[in-house]
This record gives sequence, C-alpha cells and structure tokens, in this order.
Amino acid sequence: MLNIKIFLVAEVLILILALVLAVLRQLPGPVFFPIRLLAIGYTDLFRGIPTILLVYLFGFGIPTLQLAHVTNNPVYLGAAALVVVYTAYVSEVYRAGIESVHPSQEAAARSLGLTRGQTMRTVILPQAVRRVIPPLLNDFIGLQKDTALISVLGPVEAQQRATLGASSEFNYTPYVVAAFFFVLITVPQARLTDLLIERDRKRQMAGGRV
Amino acid sequence: MSTATAALVCTDVHKSFGKLEVLKGIDLSVDEHEVICLIGASGSGKSTLLRCINLLEPINRGSIRVAGEEITAPGVNVNQVRRGIGIVFQAFNLFPHMSVMGNVTLAPRKVMGLSRSQAEAEAVELLDRFGLADKRDEYPDRLSGGQQQRVAIVRALATHPQLMLLDEVTSALDPELVAEVLNVIRELAEGGMTMLIATHEMGFARDIARRVCFLDEGVLLEQGPPEQIFSSPREERTQQFLQRIIEAGRM
Repeated sequence: MLNIKIFLVAEVLILILALVLAVLRQLPGPVFFPIRLLAIGYTDLFRGIPTILLVYLFGFGIPTLQLAHVTNNPVYLGAAALVVVYTAYVSEVYRAGIESVHPSQEAAARSLGLTRGQTMRTVILPQAVRRVIPPLLNDFIGLQKDTALISVLGPVEAQQRATLGASSEFNYTPYVVAAFFFVLITVPQARLTDLLIERDRKRQMAGGRV
Repeated sequence: MSTATAALVCTDVHKSFGKLEVLKGIDLSVDEHEVICLIGASGSGKSTLLRCINLLEPINRGSIRVAGEEITAPGVNVNQVRRGIGIVFQAFNLFPHMSVMGNVTLAPRKVMGLSRSQAEAEAVELLDRFGLADKRDEYPDRLSGGQQQRVAIVRALATHPQLMLLDEVTSALDPELVAEVLNVIRELAEGGMTMLIATHEMGFARDIARRVCFLDEGVLLEQGPPEQIFSSPREERTQQFLQRIIEAGRM
C-alpha cells in the first residue's frame, strides 16, 4: 500500500503549498510584483513539464548531485516531484475559486474594517475553497494514479507489482487487478465529496435545488 | 454649520474611472445627527461618492474629513477609519457561508478584538432590536430580501459607527419588503444616527431627510430642505429629474 502512503502525504503538502501559491499570485500592488512574477513562473514551468520527466529528473538526477542532507530514497524523491507538479495544477484551481468570489464580498468585508489578509482568510477563501472541491478531487484522483509513475524509480508499488506478475507468467490479469484497486480507492472519495457538497448546500440554501 | 462640529465634510472631491469623470468636485458637509438624502439619476455619482467616503475607492483630488479627521490624507489607517463608518449596499453583500450571527459578529471579533461571547451578546441585542432575534442561526440565502438587508444594516451597526452610508438599500427589494427596511432606517434616524442615504424612494426622502441633495453628472447641483427641493426646485435639471420620477409614478 505504498501508493496510499505516498498519496496521503503528498496530498496534504499540495493542498497547503498550492493555497500559498494561489494567494501569493493574488497579492495586489506594484510592491508584490516580483512575488507575483515568481508565482506565475512556477506555475508555467511545472505545469509545462511532463510529470514522468520530472519524476526521472528528481529520482535519478538529485542522487547524482550527491547533496548532503538530501535523501536518495526514490520514493521520497518521486513523491517530491509529484508535489511540485501538482502544486502548480492545484494552485490554478484555487485561483479560479478565489476569482469566482464576487468583488462585492471583498468590499463588504473591507468596509467593516477587516484587513486584506483577514478578508482573504475569513470571507474569500472559505467561499472559494467550497466552490472548487469537485475540481480539487479531480486533481487528487489524477495524483493517486500518477503515484504509479514512481515505479520507474524502482520501488515496488501496485503498478510495479502487476508488471512483475505479468512478465513472469505472461498473464495480464494483475494489470486488471491493479486497475481495479485504483478505481476502488477513488470512487468512495468521489461519493464522499458529493455528500459533503450536498450537505453544505442544504445548510446554506433555502428549499431544494432548482 | 461650522466645520468643527461636522460629522462629514467633503471638499472638492474628484473621482475618475479612466477617462470617465464620475465626481466633478463635490462639496458637501453633514452635521452630526443629520440625515441627508442623495437623489439623482443612475450614473450621477451617488454610489461612487458613498464608496469614496468609505475609502473603497481612492479619490483623485480634494479631501474628505470625518469627525474633523482627514481620512483621505496619506498614511491614514483605512481599517481604523472604516470601523467608524458603516455602509450598507444595494445588493446586501452578506457573507453566504456564515450564519446571521457569523455575519454580524465578524467585525467585532476580528477588528475590535471582542471575544466570541461578548460579540454574540452585543449581536443578540442588535438583532433583537431589529426583529431578527429568531434568525440568528439562519444562513443569508434562507432569508427574504428585506430580512437580508436588515441583517446587513445590523452588521454595519455592530462596529458602532458614528456615520452610516446607505447605498440604494431598497432598490433590490420587492415593493412589499421596502417598508420593513425603511422603518429600520427611520428608527436609526430617530436615534440620532448621522446618515447619508442614496435613494430612489422620493417619498421616503421627503419624509426622513433634513436636507436633500440632487446630484447630476457628478455635480452636486442643488441642495436644500426636502420641501423646497421637491416643490420648488431651482435648477432646470432638478425639475426635469423630478418630472420623470412623477411620470414613473414613484413619487
């Protein structure tokens, strides 16, 4: 169950880092121009590189640099590559959510005397995050599947195990089994998300859906 | 009407959006406990003026003073200034992800540093005063427009502002809900709240305002007591505007 461990740790990191990146990109005024530029550059760069290429770069490239205090464990390095790539994707999802909150909400919060940061934390982000839960889940299912890419670095995870099975016996059933397990993990998450969204909607809205 | 006691003084306020000049030098003084209605066609600059006073829009020229302090001076703490000025918007702008209680207690807790229990105790008092006590745990989307606007007024009052700005607060309401909101405003006026009210409700303006100001294309064209403005307006543009209002049956 290496996949699940990698996924769980990576997911938490991505959720946090991507949110930070999205907020940095929203900082207003000329003072923050360099920070905005860096945030945009990060997204452009790591969304553009094929994930498997970055997994190779991290997994095989970093150990050859022989850096002190940096792990050579391919699982960690592969996971780090996934975090770097998915942070770029997920930050854009957050950004879409932030921009979907009407400016009048910000005006209302600022008019009460809340600072820009307080407004972001208490008014904009709670609404933004609720709206992007479905696309976030989309990216996380993608992430779960991409944990299979770490197999190219050597550690045994589901995909690798299936390959071993298939090549030793010329039997491709293990691939089917591996695929089945991936679906088995993602479907309950999708239903759970639906449930949470529905509960939130019921609490806020009058009556049923139109 | 000396400047020393004035709650609000706008001097030569100019505001442009790109090439469009929305306010062309507004001079306006509001005394403490005075209720002033701003009337004028859509696009005449009423809302922009209110947004400028709340510092939601930076002005291009001139100055605005609230209780003697120049709030448009550089280096002024805008968050501090806004605490003392309540604004209520046409579209309510309540926070949909928070209950009524959450909406009303947000600023007292985050801005004034009150504890949750203190903030809630004050909020209950305010909600009770405006007949909303039983709605404290409801979410905005489950309330009628009139109730939402009353919550928005309570939210603005929660920071104890000395000045209230109301921006066409009944324009988005069904006719039968207008009265409940106007009654709240009336009660505030009787309580001595200083208010600057942009409105299309001429009957209400005549009823509640000490002074009515007619804005036309970014210029404060005419001001005076409601009796004078509504029965014998001096300016031709004011006469035309009021004539159109009468024709529309809104008088």
